[in-house]
Amino acid sequence: MTSGLWDLVLKGVWVTVQLLFLSALLAGAVSFVVGVARTHRLWVVRFLAGFYTEVFRGTSALIMIFWVYFVLPLAFGWQLVPLWAGALALGLTYGAYGSEIVRGALNSVDPAQKEGGIALSFTPWQRLRLILLPQAVPEMIPPFSNLLIELLKGTALVSVIGMGDLAFSGNLVRLALQESAEIYTYLLVIYFVIAFALTRVMRGLEKRLKAGVGGTPARGNSPQQELKRAETTGVGASSSGGVLG
Amino acid sequence: MKWDWGAVGDFMPQFWDGLLVTLQALALGSVISFALGLVWALLMRAPTRWVTWPVGAVTEFVRNTPLLVQLFFLFYVLPEWGFTFSALTTGVFAIGLHYSTYTMQVYRAGIEAVPVGQWEAATALNLPVTRTWRVVILPQAIRRVVPALGNYVIAMLKDTPLLMAITVLDMLGQARLFSQEHFQFTEPLTVIGVAFILISYLASLLMRALERRLVH
Repeated sequence: MTSGLWDLVLKGVWVTVQLLFLSALLAGAVSFVVGVARTHRLWVVRFLAGFYTEVFRGTSALIMIFWVYFVLPLAFGWQLVPLWAGALALGLTYGAYGSEIVRGALNSVDPAQKEGGIALSFTPWQRLRLILLPQAVPEMIPPFSNLLIELLKGTALVSVIGMGDLAFSGNLVRLALQESAEIYTYLLVIYFVIAFALTRVMRGLEKRLKAGVGGTPARGNSPQQELKRAETTGVGASSSGGVLG
Repeated sequence: MKWDWGAVGDFMPQFWDGLLVTLQALALGSVISFALGLVWALLMRAPTRWVTWPVGAVTEFVRNTPLLVQLFFLFYVLPEWGFTFSALTTGVFAIGLHYSTYTMQVYRAGIEAVPVGQWEAATALNLPVTRTWRVVILPQAIRRVVPALGNYVIAMLKDTPLLMAITVLDMLGQARLFSQEHFQFTEPLTVIGVAFILISYLASLLMRALERRLVH
């Protein structure tokens, strides 16, 4: 491979990282808003949040990307820059998965903690901010770490609508070289390295947050966690308890 | 926003063709991932690290890299090495391989969740290893993992549109073909989006029923 082609690949890496960052931010925001809304006391709010989750988890991320990129401009006259279109579709889809994580972690906080907050006449917002979230957030980190890897893998989908991310630049290099094995091996290795780095960062984060509430990170996933873990990618199957059961 | 029911009607014949291909890919991909995942899970319990280490590394690699790039790899590289398969075969194999690295963890969890007394009882009864696995451990382990496996079937369903990228005419492939021929994007894309939601919702209801019957 020539250095010009490597430049192309590096540009692709940069686009992928940007896209990952933007869609992770959006997905994180959506997860918390929708996840907290699913524990709201008004049934209308719970219903709307549940509806959102079912719709966005029910459809495929690739179809969402197509929809945002091709249908939104025609139907509503909103033409988004490809990067934002990709980040919007990915963020909304993976945010729906993330909201299940948030809901599961909030539900897994000991009910006595919430009752204690009520007894001390905290407002709902104070209860959430000072009692529930500090205990729930460290529990969310391992499933969010898995979801972040899924999101990284999802960013490759935008190459299908012609955005110049890593997978797309790989296809260009294949056309230039007329040879596939080398470039696709590089691509897979680059994605793996990014995923590995993300896992490490998330593990460090978990350690710090768990230390804040006086716990230690679990070493590896327990069988029970592993059997529940699948629910982050399933639809509506988490009738009881969510990710952490 | 314009909505043209005529276009929906015109798209329907292609939609059914696409649905058939999607369901075929899903069924075959599930079978491959269930079988291969069990093979990985059993290999990971091998007594020597000469087996567990390479299997662990390969599956970790496959799990952490995008299915789309794996599809491209198999679709473009295998012919260079002299193996030519149809696009659908390649796609089904890629999906099956990718998800087998997930199902292997599910199987592992299921096997570990079998109480240790069952192993001890098998030893006490002097059962040979294969018989221990076949009639004692696996029947209990697989019962526990069916709901989790079902969730991966739904996840796989939502990854079948990726096959479009290697020229398979699944639902999304048909929708894209239709939109390019008739220059109508809204209707076919919305129709398949709704179809996906319906199918995965029905599948999740099915899974819940299955979970109730098997686990409780």
